[in-house]
Amino acid sequence: MNEKNNTLLIYTLLYFVFLYVPVLFLPIFSFNDANYMSFPLAGFTTEHYEEMWSKRNLHKALWASIKVGVVASVISTTIALFAAKAFARYKFRGEKISYGGIMMPFLIPEIILAVAILIIWINLGFKLGLVPVTIGHTLFCTPFAMLILIARIEGFDFSLEEASRDLGENAWGTFFRVSFPLYLPGIVAALLLSFIISFDEFILAFFLTGSDATLPMYMWGQMRFVQKLPHVLALGAVIIVFTTFIVLLAFWLRNVGQGKAKKDIAVKL
Amino acid sequence: MIGFWRKIYAKNDNVKAYTLLSPALILIILAMVVPMALMLSFSMFTQVNMMEIDYTFTFQRYIDFFQKNLLVTLLIKSIKISFLVTLITLITAYPVCYYIAFYVKKNKMLWLVLLTLPFWTSYLLRVFSWKIILGTKGVINSSLINAGILSEPLTFLMYSETAVVITLTHAWAAFALLPLYVSLEKIDFSFIEAGRDLGLSRFEVFWKITFPLSLPGVIGAILIIFIPTVGDYVTPALLGGTDGRMLSNMIQAYFGKINNIPLGAASATIMLTTVILITIIVSNVTKRLTQRLT
Repeated sequence: MNEKNNTLLIYTLLYFVFLYVPVLFLPIFSFNDANYMSFPLAGFTTEHYEEMWSKRNLHKALWASIKVGVVASVISTTIALFAAKAFARYKFRGEKISYGGIMMPFLIPEIILAVAILIIWINLGFKLGLVPVTIGHTLFCTPFAMLILIARIEGFDFSLEEASRDLGENAWGTFFRVSFPLYLPGIVAALLLSFIISFDEFILAFFLTGSDATLPMYMWGQMRFVQKLPHVLALGAVIIVFTTFIVLLAFWLRNVGQGKAKKDIAVKL
Repeated sequence: MIGFWRKIYAKNDNVKAYTLLSPALILIILAMVVPMALMLSFSMFTQVNMMEIDYTFTFQRYIDFFQKNLLVTLLIKSIKISFLVTLITLITAYPVCYYIAFYVKKNKMLWLVLLTLPFWTSYLLRVFSWKIILGTKGVINSSLINAGILSEPLTFLMYSETAVVITLTHAWAAFALLPLYVSLEKIDFSFIEAGRDLGLSRFEVFWKITFPLSLPGVIGAILIIFIPTVGDYVTPALLGGTDGRMLSNMIQAYFGKINNIPLGAASATIMLTTVILITIIVSNVTKRLTQRLT
C-alpha cells in the first residue's frame, strides 16, 4: 500500500502512550519524597532505594524468586526443547491434541491451576512452599518456551542433521555438535523469558507458597500499608528495568542467525 | 533385542515424536490433568468442619453454588467484565495492528517488540500502577484538583467495575495485538486491490474482505483474553472494591479463610465449564456471521 494514513498513525501513537505511561508512574514516584503518590511531586530523593538494602524479608523473597525462577526455567526449557523438536520435525498421529494439551496451562485461568495443585499437594500430605510453586511455574512456562523454540527449530535446515548422521556421527554427537549450537540462541531466549515469567508470577505463588514468600508475594504483602508503599515503588522500578533488559536481550537473541524465519518468530510470541 | 527396538524407532515417526514429547506430556498429566481431576472429585465432597471432609459423593456443592445468590451474581459479573474487556481490547487493538500490517514498511519487528514489551513487566506491578493513576489521591484526581477543575476526588474511578475493566484492558493488550497482527499480516494484498478494482467502497472492502480474512486472529484473541480474564484475581482484589469483585476472589476465600474446599472446587469447576462453553459458542457464532458476510 503506498498511501499514508495519518489518522491511524496518530491513533497508533496514542495507543503506545496508553501502553507505556501507566508503567512509567512507578519509577517517577519512586524518586518522590512523599508517602502519597499524587501530584505535584514533593521533591527528589533516593531514600526509598536505600531503604531496600535494610529489608531482610525482601532479600529472602528475592532469593526465593531467583531459586524458583532458575529451576522452573531450566526444567521447562528442557522439556519444551524436546517437545518443540517433535512438533517441528515430525508429522504424527495426535499431533493437534498433544499440542493443544501442552498449550493448555497458558489458556486455563491460572487460579484453576493453582487451586488444583493446592488440593493435590495438601492431600499428598506435603507442606506448601517453594517446591509446589516451582512445579506450577514449570507447568506454566513450558508452553511459552515451546512456542519460542518451535519458531527457532522450524527455521532450521534438517539436512544439516542428516549430513552429520551420514558422516558417521551418532545421535548424541549430532545433537551436541550440530543441532544444539544452532538452537542455542533460541534456548537462551526461552530460558530468559521463562525466568521472567516465573519471576513475575503471582497467582500460583499466592496459593502455593505458604510462608516462603516470593518477590511478588512480598510486594503484595507490603502494598496494604501506605507507609511501606514507597520502597515497593522503588523495588518495582528496579524490577521493571531488570525485566525490560532481560526481555530485550531475549528478543535480540531470538533473532540471532535467523534469516527468513525472523518474522515468524516475533509473530509466534 | 536392542537392535529390534532401534529398527522400530528409526522407522516410525510416531514413536520418535512421542519419545520426544513424553517429558512434556508427563508434566501436563501429573501437574495439570491429575490435579484437575482431583479438584473435580473434591467438588463432590462435603466440608464437615474446619479440619474434616466427608468423602461421600454428592452433587450438593453444585446445588449450593446455584442457590447462593452471591456466587451466581459474581459468576455473571466475572463473565460480563471479561466480555467487556475482550471486546474493548479487540476494538482498540485492531486499528493498531491494521496500521502496522498495512502501512508500516520499515522495522515492523521493532514496532511489534515495542508493542509487546510492557506485557513482560510484572502483572502485579502493572495493576499496581493503575492504582496509582486511578486512586482517590492518585494521579488523575490529584492533577484535576490541583488544576482547579475538581474540588472533590472522583470516587467512581477507584474500587469499581470501571477500574477493573480499564486495568484488564491494559494488561491483556498484547494478547490481542499479536494474533490480530499475525492474521492481518498474512492477508494477500491483491484481494484487497481486487475488491477496490471491482468498485467496492473502503467500508465494503473492510467488511467483506479484510475483516473476514483476519477472523482467525480475532477468534484467537477472544480465546486467549476471555478465558483467563474470567478467572482474574489480582485486579479485582487490588482495584475492584466490593463493586468490582469477581468469582476468583470468592474461590480464594473458600480455600483461605472460609475454608470450604469442596465449594471452592465446585466454583472453580463451574467457572471453567462456563467459560469454555461460552468461548465455543462465541467463536462459532463469529465464524457463522462472517460466512454470511462474505
